[in-house]
Formats: sequence, C-alpha cells, structure tokens
Amino acid sequence: MSKLTAGTANRKPFKRPMAGWYKRDPFFVRYMWREVTALAVLLYAIVLMVGVLRLSQGEAAFNGWLAALGSPLSIVFHLVLLVAMVYHVYTWFEVMPKTMPLLYAGGKRVADATIMRGGIVAAIVTNLALLALVWGMRP
Amino acid sequence: MSDTQQKRIKIEVLRYRPEQDKEPVWQSFDVPYTDDMSVLQGVQYIKDELDGSLSFRWSCRMAICGSCGMMIDGKPKLSCKTFLRDYAGQTLRVEALAHFPIERDLVVGLEDFMDKLESIKPYIVPKEARTLAQGEYLQTPAERDQYEQFSSCINCTLCYAACPQYGMDSKFMGPGVLALLHRYNADSRDGAQAERMEIVGAEEGVWNCTAVAYCSEVCPKGVDPAKAVNLNKVNSAKAYFFGLPGKKEAAK
Repeated sequence: MSKLTAGTANRKPFKRPMAGWYKRDPFFVRYMWREVTALAVLLYAIVLMVGVLRLSQGEAAFNGWLAALGSPLSIVFHLVLLVAMVYHVYTWFEVMPKTMPLLYAGGKRVADATIMRGGIVAAIVTNLALLALVWGMRP
Repeated sequence: MSDTQQKRIKIEVLRYRPEQDKEPVWQSFDVPYTDDMSVLQGVQYIKDELDGSLSFRWSCRMAICGSCGMMIDGKPKLSCKTFLRDYAGQTLRVEALAHFPIERDLVVGLEDFMDKLESIKPYIVPKEARTLAQGEYLQTPAERDQYEQFSSCINCTLCYAACPQYGMDSKFMGPGVLALLHRYNADSRDGAQAERMEIVGAEEGVWNCTAVAYCSEVCPKGVDPAKAVNLNKVNSAKAYFFGLPGKKEAAK
C-alpha cells in the first residue's frame, strides 16, 4: 500500500470503462485513421510483390499481372490506396518532429512545423523525381 | 458588467459519492456567470451556493499548481484556465480526469502517478561530488536548452487523461513521468542516466507508447511529453545496442 492510501478504509475508487475509447475524441479518431492507413502501405507492397513473383514466372505471367492492374476494379482499388497513403504520409511527417532530437539553426530552435513541412516537401520532391525517371524510361 | 440580464449556463457534473453511488451519475446545475469566470469558479459557485457536498481539488487559480485538472466537455483541461464564456449557450459537462480511478466527484486517485514519479528520481543526482570551495555546477545555455521545456511540467496529469495507453494499462509509466525523467536525464549536471534508462527501456517504459501524441496537445505548459517519450525510444535503442552511459563505472 502506498503512503498516500494508508488509513483510508472507506475508499471505493471507481474505474471507468475504456470500451470505445477511440470514438471519444476527434483526436483519437484521426489517430486510428493514421494507424489503419498503414495497412494501405502493406496492401500496396503485396501488390508489388505479386508483380515480382509473376515476373519470375515469365513474360506471359507478367503481362497477365499488368493487364489485371489495368482493370477498372484495380484502378478504383489503387485510387483508394493512393488517398490512404497520402494521408498516412502526412500523419507520418506530423509525428516525425516528436521522434527527433532538439534541432537548432542559427542559435534558434527549429519549430516542429518547419520539420514537418521539410519532410512533406522532401516526400513530394522525391516522388516527382521518381515519376519523372519512370516517365523518361518508357519504352 | 453593464448588461442587466444575468448570463446563465447549465453545468452537468459527474458525481460519485462512494458511500451512496454504485457508479458515477450526472447532476445538473444552473449557474449564473460573468465573462471573467473560469470553469473552476463555476464549480466553486456550485459548492458555495447550490450543493456543498461537491468535491474537487484546486489551489492557485493561475495554472501553476496543477491541481484543478478536469475533463471539460470531454477534454482534459485546467479548470482555472478554461472560461465559462467559451461554452455559452450549451450544456457544459465536467467530469473527473479520465483514466484515473474516481475517488469522489471530480477528485481522482493519484497514488499510482505519485509512485511512478518517485521511482524516476525526479531530482538531480550530481555527476560528481563537489565541495563548497569548488563552486557551483556550471552549465552552458545550450546545455540548459536540452531540458528546459521538459522542466515546465506542473504534474497536473492532464497528459495521463489524454493517454489511451495509460487508460488501458496503468502499468505504463505514462507521458508526464517520462517527460520528467527526460528532463533530468538530459541535464548535463545529472549522473543518474543509467539508472533511469532501466525504466525507459522496461516493458512499462517508452515502448508502451504508440505515439497518439494527444498528451502534447493537452499539456497546458508546452512540455510536449510525446517528444520526450519518443526521443527516449531512440535512447533506449542506443542503450540496447551500445550499452548504458556510465554503467561501466557503476559496475566497478
């Protein structure tokens, strides 16, 4: 027994239930969406890995995979994945400043918002560069 | 105030009187208020004028003692720093801080928090013993910057009421205590890092945090506990791979 509880026999502390806690506050709802959208990253990784597997099985198999990607259902699926991943990237950089040591530039603390914006800009630039590279390598 | 019409607000308080209530119940009060009245003053009005049996903690009334935290409209806030005028025209719900057991009405049991706070040695353990003649322990402004924001903690425990991880498993050390732990570990004069890192790296330490980061959002002092916790995930990983600082000396 803690020092603070000594001599208090009539206590009947009430512990409130936690069921449905994630619906209690909009902040928690956003957090759950952040966690759920991580699954979009997993799903897209699986789609790509299937592509690699089909590639190892020969040209016909790979072309079949490419054709499947072009189906309307696949395009809708990829659009959903894209939205989820964009949201996930945003939340990822939102958390990033919390995981970094205190940064100083010119004697002043670098603000969390600046670090977050830096991350988002880096993500946009690398993605555009990758797109340009793929576009340039078209057959 | 120049207007003749007295403003009024309906305040619903979650009551819990262990000797008569099986579980907490909402009780409604009609409270007259002026624009300069805090939620704490509203609750004080209830106690003074409407129901003297209402229990709550408060002390300084100026956001530094950390006693008057409550769930105000579902959010953990200091009731002295939150104003009734911001809830005009609606029913204001006031509840004891979430995730803690309710002792009575708005009073929660804090012994778990206090035990945790004590366990991290929330004070400077001098790195080297010095005599008076050797003078004070010197520190550069840059060294001070490493812990200053984390030293602003007033132990109000709003961050615990914001932390679902603590709510689901109170074995977790929690945001406030881990932020204070970091405050001392990041102090260049302190020599107890190795001891505190045992707590950081334990099952109940930083790895229980899933970076919800609501703790930093609700902190009335800008401490940013989520930053302290997540910084220490890095420190814990470093300690795992490269050993604890000062541990070898302690072993001798």
